[in-house]
Amino acid sequence: MIIRFFHQMGSPRYFYNVAGKLVPWFMVSFLITLVFGLYYGLFVAPPDYQQGESYRIMYIHVPSAWMSMFIYVVMAVSGLISLVWRIKMTEIVVISSAAVGASFTFLALATGSLWGKPMWGTWWVWDARLTSELILLFLYLGIIALHSAIEDKRVAARAVSILALVGVVNIPIIHYSVEWWNTLHQPASVTKFDKPSMDISMLIPLLTMAISFKLYYGAVVLMRARAEIVERERNSRWVQEMVEQEAK
Amino acid sequence: MSEFFAMGGYAVYVWPSFILAFIVLVANVVAPLRQRKRALTDIARKLRRARKVQNESHT
Repeated sequence: MIIRFFHQMGSPRYFYNVAGKLVPWFMVSFLITLVFGLYYGLFVAPPDYQQGESYRIMYIHVPSAWMSMFIYVVMAVSGLISLVWRIKMTEIVVISSAAVGASFTFLALATGSLWGKPMWGTWWVWDARLTSELILLFLYLGIIALHSAIEDKRVAARAVSILALVGVVNIPIIHYSVEWWNTLHQPASVTKFDKPSMDISMLIPLLTMAISFKLYYGAVVLMRARAEIVERERNSRWVQEMVEQEAK
Repeated sequence: MSEFFAMGGYAVYVWPSFILAFIVLVANVVAPLRQRKRALTDIARKLRRARKVQNESHT
């Protein structure tokens, strides 16, 4: 049954319809978890004994940083599948994730900077963690630029998949940068093997926000994929029938 | 309530972060919707033109 599912999901038309049904579910569950996360993060969680209220930026900064890495890994894996098996749909997943991945990377950098100013006394420092995250942003932008530069979308997808694969080495560098180098950025307090060094009252809103951003990514990547499918399959009969139906 | 918005004096750092997040999240939802709509209307226009050319060649 699973094999059939993936086989069917490989056809753009089937994916287009299934994605259309899934997007509202992703969007609603995203909004619910977002409201919970923000409410607990802003109102219920206590202030930090050192940083006071400013640490609340964490509820945006950390989930978006996690997302920036998670989305890039999804792109690299889909890129690998696209290169090896030349599946059209995984190519579409790669490019559909690029913009939202770049946005989360930018958000992580911007909110980190807004947090760094009061806590570190500077907007930016060439710290291993910050610099590798900035490189990640350039990788995302490179992927978007490369895709739009090449006319033939199948060729563009191959080039983008290769770039995504080459850049994936940067992800462990970002994650372990705080261990390998003596960074100003703090080491991991959650993504590590032993117990997270964060009180449960702060951890719950943080994990809720992380789940919320993943649901958001689910909705947005499917919406983007549907747009890409319409553009790529513009000459196919089912798209033209759909357009005529909507025109009536 | 007002001391809530003061964020312990860090309001100028905390609220822009949340506002920026809101803008980025909304933008990434609006963009694909507009992309799909633009593609659909573009295809519709091409279809209409193709059909018009067909009709003219018949008459």
